[in-house]
Amino acid sequence: MTLRWDVTLAILAMGAVTYFCRAGGYAVLRAVRTPPFVDALLRNLPAPLFAAYVALALSRQDLAAVLAAVACGLAQARWRNFGVSIAVGVAAIAALRWAGI
Amino acid sequence: MAWPTSPAYRVGMRVIFTRAGILRGVRRGIPLLLGIAPFGLVVGVISLAKGLSLAETLLMSGLVFAGASQLLALELWTDPPDVVAVAIAAFVVNIRLVPLGAALSFWLDHIRGWRLWGSLFFAVDHSFALSVAEHRAGGRDAGFLFGLGVLTWIGWVASTAAGHGLGSAVALPPSHPLFFAATATFVAILVALWRGPRQDVPAWLVAAAVAVAAQALRLPAPVPLLAGAFAGATLATLAEARRKRPGRDEDAPGTGRPQEAGHSHPGGDGA
Repeated sequence: MTLRWDVTLAILAMGAVTYFCRAGGYAVLRAVRTPPFVDALLRNLPAPLFAAYVALALSRQDLAAVLAAVACGLAQARWRNFGVSIAVGVAAIAALRWAGI
Repeated sequence: MAWPTSPAYRVGMRVIFTRAGILRGVRRGIPLLLGIAPFGLVVGVISLAKGLSLAETLLMSGLVFAGASQLLALELWTDPPDVVAVAIAAFVVNIRLVPLGAALSFWLDHIRGWRLWGSLFFAVDHSFALSVAEHRAGGRDAGFLFGLGVLTWIGWVASTAAGHGLGSAVALPPSHPLFFAATATFVAILVALWRGPRQDVPAWLVAAAVAVAAQALRLPAPVPLLAGAFAGATLATLAEARRKRPGRDEDAPGTGRPQEAGHSHPGGDGA
């Protein structure tokens, strides 16, 4: 059970900004009316963020990863269950690597 | 925020916070654990792979309690960790939580102290979505949100601990297919956020292209990610404003997200 000070500091920082998002959002937004553009920007941020993440992750991996990501995405579209989609993605890459792709 | 609180609600019903409400929230949250557990296992396994001890993994899950941001921070993890980079990653992924608290004002405006700030600490996409549904069905016990949040928190911390234990028991090599679970998780979240080709394809392509271009320019993490995210979000926002100009209000703020979050969107989310 080790707790390194630098890791702890990083985790505390993550915890602080996350609580700020949760509680600060409530405290600030009930007092201040944000401009509609900022509202819309915050609302539209999650999907492009994950799109950028997936693009970066796949750009550093091989063809098998791209194909497995497609399988995972199709599974999510079909069954709408995160557990199933993750399992399909992992099974797909295991099969593709085994097949030598 | 554009989250109307029904005037009839304000004058007609008093908000309470009871043990019965907390227990009702706990019971409602039990099926959600099935969706949270696999994601927690993935985060636990990857925490171990990135060199985090069990205590550090528990601390992160307990304090941050937002799966997508934990996973993203772990992807950016270095030894020693870049505190600023992981904090920015957590902030950007969790910005989506900012409007949630304001949207729960129908209950939160009526409670104080630990009930208020504790409820906010435990609030995630799932508990938000189910609390809005509970409120619409006439629920006035704010303990529901708290109970639901505490149960999902326990499930999250326990499943990441289990993942960490699993990883140490079987000693996976770095090339093991299981580590593709991180990418797979974000692919699944992305697909869950899909609204339609006209709304999403341009923004997603711009986000991907800008991120990859920034990476090719060797900009340090998390700059490529942030550049891509904000470029895509700006495009989506501008396109939304253009669509709405004729006076149509096809996608009211936020209404899409809670529904998607309703079925096992990870503690965060996404995320």
